[in-house]
Amino acid sequence: MSFISYLINGLSLGSVYAIIALGYTMVYGIAKMLNFAHGDVIMIGAYVALISMTQAGMSPIIAILIAVGVCTLLGVVIERIAYKPLRNASSSLAVLITAIGVSYLLQNVALLVFGANAQTFPSVIKWKGLSLAGGKLNISGETVVTIVVCLIIMAVLITFVQKSKPGQAMRAVSEDKGAAQLMGINVNGTIALTFAIGSALAAVAGVLLCSAYPSLTPYTGALPGIKAFVAAVFGGIGSIPGAFIGGLLLGVIEIFGRAYISSQMADAIVFAVLIIVLLVKPTGLLGKKIQEKV
Amino acid sequence: MQKTMKNKISTMNKNTRKNLLTYAIVIVAFAVMQTLISTGSVSSLLEGLMVPICIYVILAVSLNLVVGILGELSLGHAGFMCVGAFASAFFSKCMRDVITVDIVRFLLALLIGIVVAAVFGILIGIPVLRLKGDYLAIVTLAFGEIIKNLVNVLYIGKDENGFHFSTKDVMALDMEPDGTVIVNGPQGITGTPKDATFLIGFILILITLFIVLNLINSRDGRAIMSIRDNRIAAESIGINVTKYKLMAFTVSAALAGAAGVLYAHNLSTLTANTNNFGYNQSIMILVFVVLGGIGNIRGSIIAATILTMLPELLRGLPVSDYRMLVYAIVLIVMMLFNWAPKAIEWRERYLRFGRKKKEAVQ
Amino acid sequence: MALLDVKNLGISFGGLRAVNAFDISIEKEELYGLIGPNGAGKTTVFNLLTGVYKPDSGKVILDGQDITGKKTIDISKAGIARTFQNIRLFKKLSVLDNVKAGLHNKHHYSTLEGILRLPGYRRVEREMDEKAMELLKVFDLEKYAHVDAANLPYGQQRRLEIARALATEPKLLLLDEPAAGMNPNETGELMDMIRFVREEFHMTILLIEHDMKLVSGICERLTVLNFGEVLSQGRTSDVLNDPQVITAYLGE
Repeated sequence: MSFISYLINGLSLGSVYAIIALGYTMVYGIAKMLNFAHGDVIMIGAYVALISMTQAGMSPIIAILIAVGVCTLLGVVIERIAYKPLRNASSSLAVLITAIGVSYLLQNVALLVFGANAQTFPSVIKWKGLSLAGGKLNISGETVVTIVVCLIIMAVLITFVQKSKPGQAMRAVSEDKGAAQLMGINVNGTIALTFAIGSALAAVAGVLLCSAYPSLTPYTGALPGIKAFVAAVFGGIGSIPGAFIGGLLLGVIEIFGRAYISSQMADAIVFAVLIIVLLVKPTGLLGKKIQEKV
Repeated sequence: MQKTMKNKISTMNKNTRKNLLTYAIVIVAFAVMQTLISTGSVSSLLEGLMVPICIYVILAVSLNLVVGILGELSLGHAGFMCVGAFASAFFSKCMRDVITVDIVRFLLALLIGIVVAAVFGILIGIPVLRLKGDYLAIVTLAFGEIIKNLVNVLYIGKDENGFHFSTKDVMALDMEPDGTVIVNGPQGITGTPKDATFLIGFILILITLFIVLNLINSRDGRAIMSIRDNRIAAESIGINVTKYKLMAFTVSAALAGAAGVLYAHNLSTLTANTNNFGYNQSIMILVFVVLGGIGNIRGSIIAATILTMLPELLRGLPVSDYRMLVYAIVLIVMMLFNWAPKAIEWRERYLRFGRKKKEAVQ
Repeated sequence: MALLDVKNLGISFGGLRAVNAFDISIEKEELYGLIGPNGAGKTTVFNLLTGVYKPDSGKVILDGQDITGKKTIDISKAGIARTFQNIRLFKKLSVLDNVKAGLHNKHHYSTLEGILRLPGYRRVEREMDEKAMELLKVFDLEKYAHVDAANLPYGQQRRLEIARALATEPKLLLLDEPAAGMNPNETGELMDMIRFVREEFHMTILLIEHDMKLVSGICERLTVLNFGEVLSQGRTSDVLNDPQVITAYLGE
């Protein structure tokens, strides 16, 4: 029984990783950059939802919508101010270091505004969850909702990218920015849209993460953010189904590692996965190979 | 011909002069601080910052070798510092009663810290340096975190039968009653002799500078920088990319190890946590490098010194809360100003002197 | 015996045959042109010859030595140097250091000698400086010796790239569109310079070029590549009058 319960917990955590990983993988696929600040957008989303609920007394649904709105705007503004000017910089390190700076900035703004003390995040899910096998297997409401939300987001996003006009524009830009431009696609707009979607999802992920692990600090987003990037690389960067599979696998690996190997080593195990993937199959499970042009 | 030779000689002097100025700044700064300390005109808190400043200067200069000279972003620098710190602290604690001459014991500990960090640099560098850009950054970060994690589950004890290892807990060491725990998992190592002094730190800075500056201005340094500027062209003229990447990475790791040795011997308790050996620390070192100027060794020294002293200097002032925020903003603005194509164009149009000056220096 | 002997060279990218059954034989001190329409696979041939890509068929023999499928650095050591279509200089290094980087494998001292500034360092660095300045003088670049390569005018950047390639003391020099982006005046100077390099350094040169004036002006023999295959090969005047070549160039 404990095995199944670990597995379900792993899938739940993995679902959060998958939602965050989507933001990384889409941005990487289209803007070819690692948005290091993505994890901190999650944290901002969680704080906004928390304030909306506890200080303004809003319902969880409204709070989530506000968090999504704030994060979407934040993502677009970050892209416009900090990343767009560096899109054609001579070194790809420039935008990566800037992204680290943005991450630092968001953490320190949160530190000043919300303080360093951990705040308790009230779960947005009131449902008690499932009790199966005569009470031997209890699955919390958060777990079920997280997995379901993740599945819905995946289905919607895949349909969006395959079927809608803006989604097709995204695919075109990720294939070849120059050609997309020639075809009359608004490249800047498409990149901004990608950041908007990724950041909106980050807000959702933030709320789900903090509902399951209810302690919120300015550093809450950093580690899950990095792990979600690992998930994106694991699944194959640039691939939406890859982010989903990578996220779920990573969540399961982490929970199993915590349960069966060592709770202190769980993070090390996750990072070891990244290293092994990059050395054995750098393109990830579903990624494509890119050859450098000489 | 006469003219070009003269031109060449004057420029070579300029390069050497630039480096000499860097040494001079370090020496003068040391002399001034030492005088202030000996006359008692420095608060004890500030005095306590002298060794940490040396540590951060060494870390920043060595990281700049990878970021500025090799052109790869390493986010695991603190991991190498961690390795150097623990290896040397382990040695010093074991040898505390065996080698009683402090300086001899410290020098041996230093050597051990450097060598172990260099070995880790090679072991990690071989797989990591096959990767590029973002991937390399994130994998170095991963390695740094793994090192920190491993140190936290490491238990080593010693009794009459020799050393005992475990990754579980102290009980699992299964020692005789007379055994002592040397490395105690998350509690780390306690009772390391406090052998690090400002003078030793200062000498280590000079040695670091000597190694890094001379490496940069040599055949190997040229090869490293050519890889940074254009890997494919470097290969086409027969430069062994893997070898030189590994060289820069390993030297950088070894120097970070030396900083770790200083760190371990400046505290009586050595533990590994997010703030001293985690990626927060690695990013802090990166902030020093970026604010001092990527590739600018002297800048790294100045930035590391000022930013390490700043919290103390600003203590009690209302601005001190905003310190980190300001770092972040300055970092972003500097990156945009130095790297955005539009900003470069603007600079070249309106700040012509900047370019001329650059030509003259080169 | 020919200096470069290539037989049946070929490579595919994802099912597409980029270069197929490519043969070429270049004599010592010959000036040889590789021409063809855009996308014909000319640069791919250079990348195969210099080990950037590994061929899936064929043999490359340089001066009697089989270099097929070797790594770029080993091919450089074996004696092939090249320039690039889109100039690839070490932009933040000085002009002098760009050439000294090219001297890397010809002048040695150990890392330790370098760091400790031992006599070996001083002697070899002086040798390298002299050698590099000589080369810069040949290309009329000595007054820029201490300027960053990125700040050189375009034409000088092309010349510096050739100087850097020559610094490796190659047996064969590959030039990838050396006249790209030059005006007729500059192209004229370039032609003189290529001839001069051949004479002064007894160099064998294979060049890719679109500028027919340059090709017909200095190349003794030509190979025309079309859709990855050799369309025509032989003495320059014969090849340029080959009706097949004319069709390929003018299109239907």
